[in-house]
Amino acid sequence: MINIVPPAAIFIIGAFLIPLLKGRLKSLYMLLLPALALIDLFNMPKGKYWIIKFLDYNLIFGRVDNLSMIFAYIFVLITFIGIIYALHVKDDMQHIAAFCYAGGALGVTFAGDLFSLYVFWEILAIASLFLIWARRTDSARKAGFRYFLWHFFGGICLLAGIILYVHNKGTTEFGYIGLSDLSTYLIFIGFCLNAVVFPLHPWLPDAYPEATVTGAVFMSALTTKSAVYILARTFPGEAILIWAGAFMTCFPIFYAVIVNDMRRVLGYSLINQVGFMVCGIGIGTQLAINGAVSHAFAHIIYKALLFMSTGAVLYQTGKINGTDLGGLYKTMPFTAVCCIIAAASISGFPLTSGFTTKSMTLTAAAKQHLPIIWFMLYYASAGVFHHAGIKVPYFTFFGEDSGIRAKEPPINMRIAMGIAAFICIFLGVYPYPLYKILPYPVDYVPYTAFHVLSMLQLLMFGALAFTLLILSGYYPPEKREACLDTDWLVRMLGRRFVWLCQKPVVAFGNLIERISLRTARASSKSLPGGVMVCEDWIDKFYHVGLKSTPTIIYNWVKHLRTEMGYLPWNLAYVLICFIGFLFIMLLWR
Amino acid sequence: MKKRKELSFLDPPENRAKIRRYFYIGLLILLILDFFVPKHGHFSWEIAPEFFAVYGFLACVTLIFIAKALRFFVGRKEDYYD
Repeated sequence: MINIVPPAAIFIIGAFLIPLLKGRLKSLYMLLLPALALIDLFNMPKGKYWIIKFLDYNLIFGRVDNLSMIFAYIFVLITFIGIIYALHVKDDMQHIAAFCYAGGALGVTFAGDLFSLYVFWEILAIASLFLIWARRTDSARKAGFRYFLWHFFGGICLLAGIILYVHNKGTTEFGYIGLSDLSTYLIFIGFCLNAVVFPLHPWLPDAYPEATVTGAVFMSALTTKSAVYILARTFPGEAILIWAGAFMTCFPIFYAVIVNDMRRVLGYSLINQVGFMVCGIGIGTQLAINGAVSHAFAHIIYKALLFMSTGAVLYQTGKINGTDLGGLYKTMPFTAVCCIIAAASISGFPLTSGFTTKSMTLTAAAKQHLPIIWFMLYYASAGVFHHAGIKVPYFTFFGEDSGIRAKEPPINMRIAMGIAAFICIFLGVYPYPLYKILPYPVDYVPYTAFHVLSMLQLLMFGALAFTLLILSGYYPPEKREACLDTDWLVRMLGRRFVWLCQKPVVAFGNLIERISLRTARASSKSLPGGVMVCEDWIDKFYHVGLKSTPTIIYNWVKHLRTEMGYLPWNLAYVLICFIGFLFIMLLWR
Repeated sequence: MKKRKELSFLDPPENRAKIRRYFYIGLLILLILDFFVPKHGHFSWEIAPEFFAVYGFLACVTLIFIAKALRFFVGRKEDYYD
């Protein structure tokens, strides 16, 4: 019999006890929570349990199999590392948000029905929002607001899809879904938004660089990878994902070259990496799914390490732009080494975790005879080395000396980075513990002579290109600028729409007012007897009909602003539209 | 004021040149090894001589030039959205 509690509950309920504790006891307690969750995971048998009857449906909080188990392990592990990294933070809100966030991710991982999945999905979005707002700067506030609108949109799509899906199928349980009718497309859009599939990706490079130093570590690990998990669960082998994933690997690398904020570079490279996983899920063979899942596992560690080392630089110097940094290896050698290890891992150098995991997806694409996809993935492999592997360490720690002489970060940050760096190397040298817990049996040998040589050639000659371009001065210099992305459409067209409603519509209303006044005056001169009737008529028509319509539109729309104070208004609009939409859909059926 | 210990082995240009020289030698070794390693691939071009070296180099060069072009299209002033 199951007498343990769901690991998500340990995190979410445990989070709210943090403010009650102080000092060392608090640190100890925060380290204990992931340890407890890990013990919990070890004792969870496979199967479906923690089923609660809710109305006519079953809520399933424990669907445990190989696929959910491996994601749960890595989520708990990264929470542990992230909490060590964040131990020096005095702000309790950040700790609570981080644990709720990780709890949400675990909840998504083990959810066996769509309703509980949706609840945990929203916990993910809201908890991560607080990790952005905790930065307490104006730009963080605005970015958090945009982040929340994106996720609110995704959540609404998901909810609409779930309601239609449950209405069609009569059950809330889910396994493989697959694209078929409208409900599945809506669910798919909801998942894809969190998996940063183009064109639903701009929230990530927009919001992650604005998050707190420690918050970004959790964010880089949890939201996108829980979406990868859920896609692997519900839409494996969906052909559209192959192309979506391959495109995701390619387009961000160009952005990453020109973006200045180092954490924004990492944000774009995060999209690139998730692209490999999405592509693997789309290919859908056992090797490809294994590749996607193991890549997600390794990726969480090295991406968190990249965010930790750049975060340490931000924490120590207060600067993160490539234009302001350089030469930091002199006083922060440990951080520099950690960053290089993570950079080597993300590029897939032999003896690092990227090599033993990402190459599975590449091989899977070759085995399915997808030549164009294969070329795109290898192009992206060379590209990711270029921006995340060389650009980030080079412009931060080497490059032109900026004159900054920052100390190494606090000891807890260094310990967390050390653990993550160790895992990166360990999984690269000895990947078999990871291979053993993958969803399908692994029949794959990463270390063949040809494999090592081809990867080294690809990467080192990419490095040669970088060297030659830097020496010849062709390399685009770091520049302070904003880069437009698909969110331009939302941000600028949204503003234009509000402007359109406010300016021309109101002008139109004023015009009508003037015309009707003139008519009234003219009629009162020519027809003194009929004045009363005419005025009465005009008054009625023009107040109810023409004048008030623009005013009503104006009054409705004036709240639709992309500014913080208008958040409740925006949400109310989306909700009303959603309910209307759902109503029409259900009637139409 | 006490001077903090700091590394500076990359400052002298001769050290940088030395590192570059080792790097070029490494590249040469990789090119030579290509002829001695047993190859296995799913596509015909995978086993072509020096394919990955050429592809890696070309990929990174085109990457930079496309990124430069992209900057022309999407680059705006830093306060563009404000």
